[in-house]
Amino acid sequence: MTVTYEEALTRYEPVFGLETHVELGTRTKMFCGCITTFGGEPNSQVCPVCLGLPGSLPVVNRTAIEYAIRIGLALNCSIASWCRFARKNYFYPDMPKNFQISQYDEPLCSDGYLEVSVAGEIVRVGIERVHLEEDTGKSLHVGGATGRIHGAEYSLVDYNRAGIPLVEIVTKPVPGTQALAPDVARSYVTELRDVLRSLGVSDVRMEEGSMRCDVNTSLSVRGSGVWGTRTETKNVNSLRSVERAVRSEISRQAEVLDAGGRVIQETRHFHEDSGETTSGRSKEEAQDYRYFPEPDLVPVAPSADWVSSIGASLPELPSARRTRLIASWSVTELEFDSMRNAGALDVVEATVAAGASSADARKWWMGELARRANEAGVEVSYLAITPAQVARVSALVSAGTLNDRLAREVLDGVLAGEGTPDEVVEKRGLAVVSDDSALLAAIDEAVAANPDVAEKVRSGKVAASGVIVGAVMKATRGKADAARVRELVLERLG
Amino acid sequence: MGRELTRKTATELAAAVTAGDVSAVEVAQAHLDQIAAVDDRVRAFLHVATGEALAQARAVDEKRARGESLGPLAGVPVAVKDLFATAGLPTTCGSKILSGWVPPYESTITARLRAADAVVLGKTNMDEFAMGSSTENSGYGPSHNPWDLDKVPGGSSGGSAAAVAAFEAPLSLGTDTGGSIRQPAAVCGIVGTKPTYGGSSRYGVVAFASSLDTPGPFGRNVRDTALLHQVMSGHDPMDATSINAPVPPVVEAAAHGDVSGMTIGVVSELAGDGYQSGVMSRFAEAVEVLQGLGAKVVEVSCPHFKYALPAYYLIAPSEVSSNLARFDGMRYGLRAGTGSAEEVMAATRAAGFGAEAKRRIMLGTYALSSGYYDAYYGKAQQVRTLIIRDFEAAFSQVDVLVSPATPTTAFDIGERADDPMAMYLADLCTIPSNLAGNAALSVPVGLAPENGLPVGLQVMAPPLADDRLYRVAAAVEAAFDSRRGHPLLDEAKGLGA
Repeated sequence: MTVTYEEALTRYEPVFGLETHVELGTRTKMFCGCITTFGGEPNSQVCPVCLGLPGSLPVVNRTAIEYAIRIGLALNCSIASWCRFARKNYFYPDMPKNFQISQYDEPLCSDGYLEVSVAGEIVRVGIERVHLEEDTGKSLHVGGATGRIHGAEYSLVDYNRAGIPLVEIVTKPVPGTQALAPDVARSYVTELRDVLRSLGVSDVRMEEGSMRCDVNTSLSVRGSGVWGTRTETKNVNSLRSVERAVRSEISRQAEVLDAGGRVIQETRHFHEDSGETTSGRSKEEAQDYRYFPEPDLVPVAPSADWVSSIGASLPELPSARRTRLIASWSVTELEFDSMRNAGALDVVEATVAAGASSADARKWWMGELARRANEAGVEVSYLAITPAQVARVSALVSAGTLNDRLAREVLDGVLAGEGTPDEVVEKRGLAVVSDDSALLAAIDEAVAANPDVAEKVRSGKVAASGVIVGAVMKATRGKADAARVRELVLERLG
Repeated sequence: MGRELTRKTATELAAAVTAGDVSAVEVAQAHLDQIAAVDDRVRAFLHVATGEALAQARAVDEKRARGESLGPLAGVPVAVKDLFATAGLPTTCGSKILSGWVPPYESTITARLRAADAVVLGKTNMDEFAMGSSTENSGYGPSHNPWDLDKVPGGSSGGSAAAVAAFEAPLSLGTDTGGSIRQPAAVCGIVGTKPTYGGSSRYGVVAFASSLDTPGPFGRNVRDTALLHQVMSGHDPMDATSINAPVPPVVEAAAHGDVSGMTIGVVSELAGDGYQSGVMSRFAEAVEVLQGLGAKVVEVSCPHFKYALPAYYLIAPSEVSSNLARFDGMRYGLRAGTGSAEEVMAATRAAGFGAEAKRRIMLGTYALSSGYYDAYYGKAQQVRTLIIRDFEAAFSQVDVLVSPATPTTAFDIGERADDPMAMYLADLCTIPSNLAGNAALSVPVGLAPENGLPVGLQVMAPPLADDRLYRVAAAVEAAFDSRRGHPLLDEAKGLGA
């Protein structure tokens, strides 16, 4: 028996939590001087330290600590005045030392929150902790059907990623969101991504793995007041998948509970193709990581002065920006969200700053340019046109030099690298024909060519004038201002 | 001339090479000849770097010929414990699991030695990954004590101590995690120092127990030992636990062995049952000598020292269980077995580690396990704090503390090999200083009358007061040498007269 999502929610209340790993955008690794650039030749960005060679020792990257504090402050956390790194011990070939330097019971940042907007309401998601750790290497399993280690003929390991600084951001359990749980989970990750991007601490590209989520989900029988057993869904690596993973776990767990079963505390794997999770390792087989304080490092003790100077340097955060822009642009929450989701906020804001009205800036970026970005499979901000150029096009339209159709041609020219909007207008000869005598000549020709229509208009059927206007526009190859042509036609035949 | 050169002090050799009285190549060759003559019996070396040593010596001579000034260890041969990473030279840590590994990088300390124009002669034997007190835990067989070849040279830095005592090198490097420099120095009749933790860099020193490991020098006399101490020490940005402070003035202290006006504390807990009578009589004599030289001697109690050994045997194995995890056959060293990565890791570790390494990995894995952590590792760390407080209280009353360096003189090879507890007791006197991170050394104070084997006096000083060790040791050495009329090592007959 399959339980629908809606049915499940009539009997159970979902609780979820998220653990998000984010690679920091520091120039060098967490504990050595190797560079962190993505996509280098395998094992070309390594040294004795990140390879864990015998005798090598870690030294903490101060910038990574600073970035983690920035994140903690942006998430309203307390910053520890003294904390330590710990070793998390387990064997795996992509881990050079067979332990990971992480933080255990003394995280750098703790007890904060992030507010997210869902369906016009603000939900406060509690942050349990933000801690620092090092990333592992990356395994490539060759020869198996699944790409996993089991069944592989051999495996290759690339240690370029080993030692890249990671922060792990752990939420508190989020109850009370009911049917919106999947949306709140997605909005949280979206908001977190935007916060991290605004802080300049990471490029937060889920598709490149610089941001990765694990999703915890449990169901509580309505009215019982008792939280259920949670599962941890690993490797949920897109915003859409976060939403789907929570939704699918709610339905699956409801089905288990309805059948009188027990939800097993386990790790589950999310499958992008089916949108479902499958069982991984159960907690009974779980590793004992034998955490203990990392003896090769001294405690991290950020001074109050340093923390407050980091706090003073924080940029405007997305939630504050949202409030400000919604007011100044007079847009709805939904209109704002569509701009944010399209990655268009920065370019629209810059276009407005370059002199365009917010309505015009939004029209161009969310209309014509969004369409072209979509065709190219990139975000609008990656198009080869600057906000200042879009503002100029908008100004040319306002001045009557261009109509919308010509403006689109100007955009084409700019995107094709033909120069600035003014240069494209010049080269392509795109300005509106605003010389009335030239237009009148064209109108006379059109009237002569369409005597029946002209008669209808004369007899008061104003709507018929469109045929004459169309003929004039065609004759001027679109360079005329259609509104002006219509005025002149009606004058002539009035 | 060869024998003459090997009998010279490091200080004399550096001066002679700098002055051009002898070439660095001649000095290196003399020591290589001595190694060739005696090391089949002593077995101090795992790898003799003949070609590299001579090339390095030649470079020193050329540097001098060009008129450049030479470093403080100009042409002085040094033997290096085989857990210092040496680029291009094998580094096994006395373990089969690292057989054939040649590090691609150099430890900070050996790099500093080379920069000071010292010549690295080779790599010395040790208990596997520095776990042991006799070198019997080496994967390559034990070293032998130059005083009596049937006896152990101590450990874990036994090869380095034996090499210096057998005149194969005037100086050597060791590491001291629970006594691994002081104990072999004591039983081989030479000087060995555990500097303040963080005073000497651990970068490139293969870890045993990270919070305890302290690289340090061996020499045949106090002044030479201070010279090496000075050159190897100082802040290293590659080691986060390295102290950013000037090196204490150890060479100057070694040149001025004056204890008048010093207050010296005798630790009452480091005596009694299990201490050999000849060790105690030599120790008492040394205390009298110090008193005679004008030091004020008081008895001091350090009540928590009795918990030092059990605390150490929880903390050190816990750290080792994690530090040795990387030896899995995946990236370097031995690889055994076939099949999955997990099977290869297990087979490699089963084949590559010796019994003591396995014992300590198991102890540590257990002590760190969830549910046992608080009772074992957590409790041991609390004991560590109490021991630090004992030292602080003591050092508020005295300048240095003294005790025997070891409860007994060198024991027979094989005698304690099957009794880990008996072996662990060899470090009874030395472990507290490792747990507290302070400075300590062992200096010879004569032979135990019952067996004619050397006895060491341990001197302990507060962190970063390493110079006090050398002041006291220099005074003791001068007093005993003048009473005896010759250096103690002249009486070592293990290799014949």
